[in-house]
Amino acid sequence: MAEPTHEEGAQALRRIAQALAPFVLLALLWQVASFYFPPYLFPSLVDVFAHTIAIFSDLGQLGEVLATVGRILAGLIGAFVIGTVIATLMARLPAVDRFLGPILNFFQGIPALSWVVFAIIWFHGTEPRIFFIMTVTALPAFTFQILDALRGMSKDLIEMVMSFRPTRAKLFRTMILPAILPDILTAWKVNLGNASRVVVVAELVGATGGIGYELLQQQQIFDMAGALAWTLQLVFFVLIAQQVIAFIEARAFRYRATSERAL
Amino acid sequence: MTAIAEISLEGVAKWFPPTATRAEFRAVDGLSLDIARGEMVALLGKTGCGKSTTFNLIAGLIAPSQGSVRVQGLDPFREFDALRGKIAVVFQGDRLLPWRTAIGNVELGLEMLDRPPKERHEAAQHWLVRLGLSGHEHDFPHALSGGMRQRVSIARALATDANILLCDEPFSALDEITGQRLREDFAALVRENRKTAVFITHSINEALQLGDRVIVMTRPARIAYDVRLEAERRATNDGAIRARIEEILAA
Repeated sequence: MAEPTHEEGAQALRRIAQALAPFVLLALLWQVASFYFPPYLFPSLVDVFAHTIAIFSDLGQLGEVLATVGRILAGLIGAFVIGTVIATLMARLPAVDRFLGPILNFFQGIPALSWVVFAIIWFHGTEPRIFFIMTVTALPAFTFQILDALRGMSKDLIEMVMSFRPTRAKLFRTMILPAILPDILTAWKVNLGNASRVVVVAELVGATGGIGYELLQQQQIFDMAGALAWTLQLVFFVLIAQQVIAFIEARAFRYRATSERAL
Repeated sequence: MTAIAEISLEGVAKWFPPTATRAEFRAVDGLSLDIARGEMVALLGKTGCGKSTTFNLIAGLIAPSQGSVRVQGLDPFREFDALRGKIAVVFQGDRLLPWRTAIGNVELGLEMLDRPPKERHEAAQHWLVRLGLSGHEHDFPHALSGGMRQRVSIARALATDANILLCDEPFSALDEITGQRLREDFAALVRENRKTAVFITHSINEALQLGDRVIVMTRPARIAYDVRLEAERRATNDGAIRARIEEILAA
């Protein structure tokens, strides 16, 4: 493989600088504000950083972060599995589509906070409550996104694969999965962002641990640096998860053509 | 000698139910046809005469509304799995899977037949080389020209070594020189391997050049003319047959 040239190296540095510039500017403005306002409004970023390091280095606090991450992933996996089954049934059976479509639309109109209240009334225990909230709030989006992906598959390509008379498993592996994978990954990206917001609400009201619960503690003692540090944990998780998805996309979608003049 | 019917259609009709934008559509009506093993049949007709519907009925991709379709004595739609590996199809467009390389696309049919990876790789490589695509095995479809993509799709069909080849205007997207060369290669491959081939075409020249038998269809997919061609008559492009075909198509 060819070594990167000086020009390529400079371009890479420029891209990194462009990506970081808005965050550096925001941090500078915040730090300047911290000189003029009390810490409960604009704490110094040094304090925020210290809180962040403290969370990472304390097993108990790190456990709270991991609990939230686990709840997000469990809820999303639950919604994805159930959504895939429902979407498949809706795509195959018009009667199921006509029956479940309006119900899912109705569910989409229910605010996340209402589901939190319902979960507290219906379930005992933190984990069943949060799993229910995370699953039910992500379910309509996953279902509709997978349903769209299934319906959007090329009829020509399906016919071509069917002409070889595949088993169901081979049809799924060679045609359906690669065709719907881009939409599945997009659905995960969108739902990860939504789920990270919903989990905080769910933990704030219905849990005794996790990032949402810790945020409530910081609010009660007016510790803005702590609130920011706990929020950053969630942001880090979303960024890492998005990077993992981007990595999968880069590997899985190498086949896509790119145009020098596209978009 | 009585030829064994490899493909048989008996009183076949196919109609499509009305949709929001179209009334009920009768694509095929009362079609009966026998194709013997080893025959190379050209189905010729104007656009919309039901050639592609007939093709899909033989391939088992759609079911007849009436009548029966048999391929090697089996119902290609209802006994779908029983004909696995026996029918290969070349579609009008290349229909390559964009997420697979050229060789990956050629291996597709062999995967369905559970061939071991090494065997299918070698077979796919052999057909790609034979069709002049050496060096492009690992290119994705978007990196290939239209003609190259169509050749990959022909390689994909031939790699399965199916006894029956169904081809829907396989050369229509190619330039004249490539099309002519592929047409000759294709005819030689089919005859050399004693395949039964049914190919749809708009071109009288192509039908007369390739077909052992030319069937001219009129709307809705009825046979208007069915003629067997001797090799020497095909070579001389028999004027009387051509004139008759032109007359039917002009009607």
